Amino acid sequence: MRKRLLLLLAVVIATLGAAGAQAFTAYQQSSASRQAAPDVQVASAGALPSGPFVLFRNTAPGQGFGEAATAALSEPNGRRALLGKACDRVYAARNLVSCLETRNGMPTSFEASTYDGSLVQQGTWALGGIPNRTRVSADGSLVATTVFVSGHSYASSSFSTQTLIGPADGSSHTNLEDYALMDHGAGIKATDRNIWGVTFSPGKPNEFYATASSQGNIWLVHGDIAARTLTIAASGVECPSVSPDGQRIAFKKSTSGTLAGARQPAVLELATGNVTVLGEQRDLDDQIEWLDNGTILYGMPREGAGPDSDIWSLSLEPGAAPRLFIEHAWSPAVVR
Amino acid sequence: MRTASRPGKDRQPLYISISDRKGGQQDQAGAGLASVHPAFRLSPVIIWLGVVSMMTDISSESVAAILPLYVTGYLGLSTIAFGVIDGINQGASAIVRIGAGWVSDRTGHPKYVAAAGYGLSMLARAGFLVAGGFWALAGIVTGDRIGKGIRTAPRDAMIAAEAQPEYLARSFGIHRMLDNIGAAAGPFIAFLVLMLIPNGFSTVFGVSLAFAVIGVAVLLLVVPDRLQRRRQHPGRSRPVVSWNLLRWSRLREPGLARPMAAAGLLGVLTIGDGFIYLLLQHRESFAIQWFPLLFVGTNAAFLLFAVPVGRIADRWGRVPVFLAGHGALLACYLLAGLPTAGIPATIGCLLLLGLFYAATDGVLAALVSQLAPPERLGTALGTAQTVVAVSRMAAASGFGVLWFAAGPGMAVAIATALLAAAIAGAALLFRGSTAAVPAS
Repeated sequence: MRKRLLLLLAVVIATLGAAGAQAFTAYQQSSASRQAAPDVQVASAGALPSGPFVLFRNTAPGQGFGEAATAALSEPNGRRALLGKACDRVYAARNLVSCLETRNGMPTSFEASTYDGSLVQQGTWALGGIPNRTRVSADGSLVATTVFVSGHSYASSSFSTQTLIGPADGSSHTNLEDYALMDHGAGIKATDRNIWGVTFSPGKPNEFYATASSQGNIWLVHGDIAARTLTIAASGVECPSVSPDGQRIAFKKSTSGTLAGARQPAVLELATGNVTVLGEQRDLDDQIEWLDNGTILYGMPREGAGPDSDIWSLSLEPGAAPRLFIEHAWSPAVVR
Repeated sequence: MRTASRPGKDRQPLYISISDRKGGQQDQAGAGLASVHPAFRLSPVIIWLGVVSMMTDISSESVAAILPLYVTGYLGLSTIAFGVIDGINQGASAIVRIGAGWVSDRTGHPKYVAAAGYGLSMLARAGFLVAGGFWALAGIVTGDRIGKGIRTAPRDAMIAAEAQPEYLARSFGIHRMLDNIGAAAGPFIAFLVLMLIPNGFSTVFGVSLAFAVIGVAVLLLVVPDRLQRRRQHPGRSRPVVSWNLLRWSRLREPGLARPMAAAGLLGVLTIGDGFIYLLLQHRESFAIQWFPLLFVGTNAAFLLFAVPVGRIADRWGRVPVFLAGHGALLACYLLAGLPTAGIPATIGCLLLLGLFYAATDGVLAALVSQLAPPERLGTALGTAQTVVAVSRMAAASGFGVLWFAAGPGMAVAIATALLAAAIAGAALLFRGSTAAVPAS
């Protein structure tokens, strides 16, 4: 018995020693990386640019990692202006920034904040889960957020999405699950519905598109804020993004048709219902943004680089190939 | 640790006589009990099994606390397909429990069956350090759950074999207390790591693996595989393992069918912590970020109450305490269902929920151990766990539908009324079962 207890002691010391050494190394690397000078040219900014710009999450390792940043639309890979706000997901209109943040704490918490053009905070509120998507209406009056809510019990690892729409100051929110889900005039009552990825329709303040899912189906839904309805508009269309002219919807198309499969960017012509799959072979998991009426932008993780990623652009022209748009960046928003 | 020559280790005759007395209606005869009872002496094996569970819970709960962050960051939106897999896993884990209990009975080696379960979960921890992708992650989570399903019945059978029969519930209470200390420490460690190292998921997985290895090492090195000797009947060789033996009739021990039915009846009205927290949050509209604190509160209450409630169960009988535990759950539903209340009601509800777990989890294991014949103890414990797990899964999905259809207020009112009726029904079932026990 004594021998066994000594052996146990040795196992305890060895495993805790190994785990401790790994943790210490990781801590040192992490703090060194946070102190290091960034790989890209940066400056600090106290306001949004006055000209056309692209807002994104800076993922360049070093100081300022994870902060919202802007770059001139004419020179997206030029010097980036850091806004001093840590965000996992960002979006912006001309006079409003929406920022969703994960706060490491005891326990981890999640928060949404909005800022005006001078970066004065307009509102801040707790989110019910892990940030996933955010969008702002073109006039800056409405904010939409999607988060993952995990499990209804300690032991469960099931996930659902929660999507809220509300005024920019965060004073109230409507859960889109409370909207009536309509299919050809009839209501769908399924309880397992998930809704995510709102995109506001340009020039139509009462309308938006989003994704709804139930029983393995993936639908494009057309939302009406006044009537509180979501009407199914198409099938297999996920994470929609309405083009600036309102004619097309760029989206993620599941190659297998199921929720678990890989996704490719595709475009739906709203007038005809025609779908064109674009030439991107990598798995896409971002809500697409429009650079202009003929080009889309999306984030793509960097192979083997942990939380680092790049923003790519892809023209709708047949045969076009993706091009690197902004290095070390994620979650693009274009303000013209 | 000297374990070889404990007097009274061959407890079988005593076991039956205790079953008879405890099962009878003169349970609370009280005065005479103290003089008959031997003094409580905690077996070191139970402490070691508690340490195994504590280490394993630190390991599993530290990962569970940050798994949503990791999985959503890694898998993005295909994460929601995870829900389907999780449902399948929970079902698989529930069924595996009976099988593991049965194998532990058949082979007479509960320690090695338990070690297989703990080991599988440990391998799953190691998997997090290397694997990526949807199916790899789904496989790891599945392995972890099945490991948990395998280990519980043989482990509880070992606790029951080590405990003095008079102090079964107290012994299970001590184990559950240690287990829950681990469950509370795990998330704390995980969040601390993420505070110090942003995106430090691999560090959390490394720390988790270390605790899983320690848990398995304690089990393999220090816990004796002792049930074996007590099990062997003279002149009867162990039967050849055959799936034919795993028939429903074998699971239905005389005297156990009614308690199992009662546990199942109460289980289908146990809506789950998550919904109770949602009810509280819905009414009090406290910020959603306090949600994890509710888990901590329930857990703290569970670990504080586990031993005292176990002692009461040994003194007053396990059936009344098991039923009273569901009474605490009923009171919690009532508090959560009140149209207006306040912070005291929320705290009261968490205490009652912790009390419910303290009065039902280990106490049911003690009750089953008291009623089941020793050679089928693992199967009986596994069956009881499966009944509870499956009925609670049904309760959670049923309540989800009710919540959506009738609204939270009406849903909880219906659940409260049905639970009150079920407690009465379960009391009747137990009354019927106690009559059957002396015959067995």
